[in-house]
Amino acid sequence: MKNFQIIRALSSKSAVSSIAKENSAMFIAGGTNLVDLMKKNVVAPDKLIDINGVDLKKIEFLTGKVSIGALAKNSQVAEDKVIKEKYPLLALALAAGASQQIRHMASVGGNMLQRTRCSYFYNTDMPCNKRVPKSGCGAIGGSNRMHAIFGASDSCIAVHPSDMCIALAALEATVLVEGPKGKREIKFTDFHRLPGNTPEKDNTLLEKEIITSIEIPTNNFTKNIHYLKVRDRSSYAFALVSVAVGLDIQNNTIQDARLAMGGVAHKPWRLTEAEEFLKGKTVSEATFKKAADLAMKGARSYGDNDFKLTLGPNAITEALTIAASK
Amino acid sequence: MAAKRTIRNKAIEEESGSSRRDFIKKSGLLTALALAPPSLVMASENKWDEKIAEYLETVPLSLEVNGVKHTLNIEPRTTLLDLLREQLLLTGTKKGCDHGQCGACTVHVNGTRILSCLSLASMQQNAQVTTIEGLSQGKKLHPMQEAFIKNDGFQCGYCTPGQIMSGIACIKEGHANSREEIREYMSGNICRCGAYHNIVDAITEVKEGGKAL
Ligand SMILES: Cc1cc2nc3c(=O)[nH]c(=O)nc-3n(C[C@H](O)[C@H](O)[C@H](O)COP(=O)(O)OP(=O)(O)OC[C@H]3O[C@@H](n4cnc5c(N)ncnc54)[C@H](O)[C@@H]3O)c2cc1C
Ligand code: SF4
Ligand code: FES
Ligand code: FES
Repeated sequence: MKNFQIIRALSSKSAVSSIAKENSAMFIAGGTNLVDLMKKNVVAPDKLIDINGVDLKKIEFLTGKVSIGALAKNSQVAEDKVIKEKYPLLALALAAGASQQIRHMASVGGNMLQRTRCSYFYNTDMPCNKRVPKSGCGAIGGSNRMHAIFGASDSCIAVHPSDMCIALAALEATVLVEGPKGKREIKFTDFHRLPGNTPEKDNTLLEKEIITSIEIPTNNFTKNIHYLKVRDRSSYAFALVSVAVGLDIQNNTIQDARLAMGGVAHKPWRLTEAEEFLKGKTVSEATFKKAADLAMKGARSYGDNDFKLTLGPNAITEALTIAASK
Repeated sequence: MAAKRTIRNKAIEEESGSSRRDFIKKSGLLTALALAPPSLVMASENKWDEKIAEYLETVPLSLEVNGVKHTLNIEPRTTLLDLLREQLLLTGTKKGCDHGQCGACTVHVNGTRILSCLSLASMQQNAQVTTIEGLSQGKKLHPMQEAFIKNDGFQCGYCTPGQIMSGIACIKEGHANSREEIREYMSGNICRCGAYHNIVDAITEVKEGGKAL
């Protein structure tokens, strides 16, 4: 790892003003992704701004929403009693990610900004448009078992690896950020982006901006919810495909539905058409299968990940069935 | 320890070719001293150039490891794992993958289990660190260490320090209520020898023993 300087910021304002002065500085929170990438020389900042001294760790239950600080730890959120009761889908998704040691270190903001796990991205001997723009994509025509089936481009077919973000997309969270030009809010589903021909940009956060918190509106998705994660081993592995489901069922009729998928796109993949279809329907296997078929419209695979075209709808049906039976 | 450290620094310098330290040595101090040949001799004998370069590239760190206070200067890139193993010579904590994928480097920082390989030592100012070396009281082993021996919780033993640190935390966190839960919350500790069954036995036994950990 290249050596670097490190300073500690004590407020979001000072963090932003410190980073604004530098060309090659980065924030560091838990370090579980950044230190790994620095060891592999995928990123090599001259300066790190340690933001752990900034007061952004709180989980606050306000009228109509919960606010979660960007530095709240993944385990802290996953195990918070009220989060488990009022936002159980988020707690489940967080608990399905990484390992307990990593969840103790990982922050909410860092989780959102974690980079793809595409092996070409991690290997500096290989071409990768995301790491080095215009160098080519190793995964197209290469080893692409983990890769996208939705929204990919000729430049990049990588997926966003987060579990937490899939639940946040389904729960219609908002991201609060602060930058040299002030504060702004970003709809969660607009936060991550599709690769297009600029895959080096994972999201719509501007340079020098810091994530301060996320907010999730109060909702009725407290009972019939599920986070299904399909992976190569039963724990401590990234998703091949994951599905976040929130159903609001009254008298066997689906009043409202939320569905999002992980492991299938460059961003958390919200399945709005399937959601619309589910609303007003009675709970049945046939309905769930139909919703899964609708969700898969436009899917396209790249060889090693052909199996996702079958695994995807099966996982959706299974997740809906489990959620409805709770 | 000092000798070992210099050797390591040399290795880093050689690896990175013309390092920043080299640059500082060549451009700054030596140029100035070249004007005064007698002091140059003295400077190189006392390794001042080395000392000044080190001062510019390191940060001070105070932390407590197993109850012992350390005040050191470290390079910001030093991981907590490398600090423990190479500077404090506490080699009980193991380096398996160095990338967060195996759990061999698990230690407790301020009572929480974390991965020392992904943790920068420079971010652990005033932290209280506990490693496998800090568990026993004199010759009396920690109940989890006893249980691992009794239940054959290891074969080669390489993952064991991490498993034990993680196992203790697993119980303290309240995640050892069933074999299934133990497996899930211990999944961050990989055992290439596959001693999992006996590791779960050991943790279950300690949990059921109800001793203060
Ligand atoms: C072995 C392993 C397995 C894993 N498995 C999973 C898994 O199954 N599911 C899953 O979801 N994740 C998984 N992860 C990823 C893990 O969740 C992320 O590494 C973690 O969430 C990142 O958070 P952090 O605080 O450590 O971020 P850091 O590493 O500190 O930072 C990541 C990035 O975010 C930036 N950053 C951090 N905070 C802010 C902020 N507030 N504002 C602006 N920029 C910021 C940093 O500059 C950096 O670029 C795994 C990681 C490892 C190592
Ligand atoms: S899929 Fe994206 S991240 Fe992977 S090699 Fe191609 S460009 Fe790089
Ligand atoms: S050495 Fe830290 S997780 Fe493997
Ligand atoms: S005992 Fe050998 S790796 Fe676990």
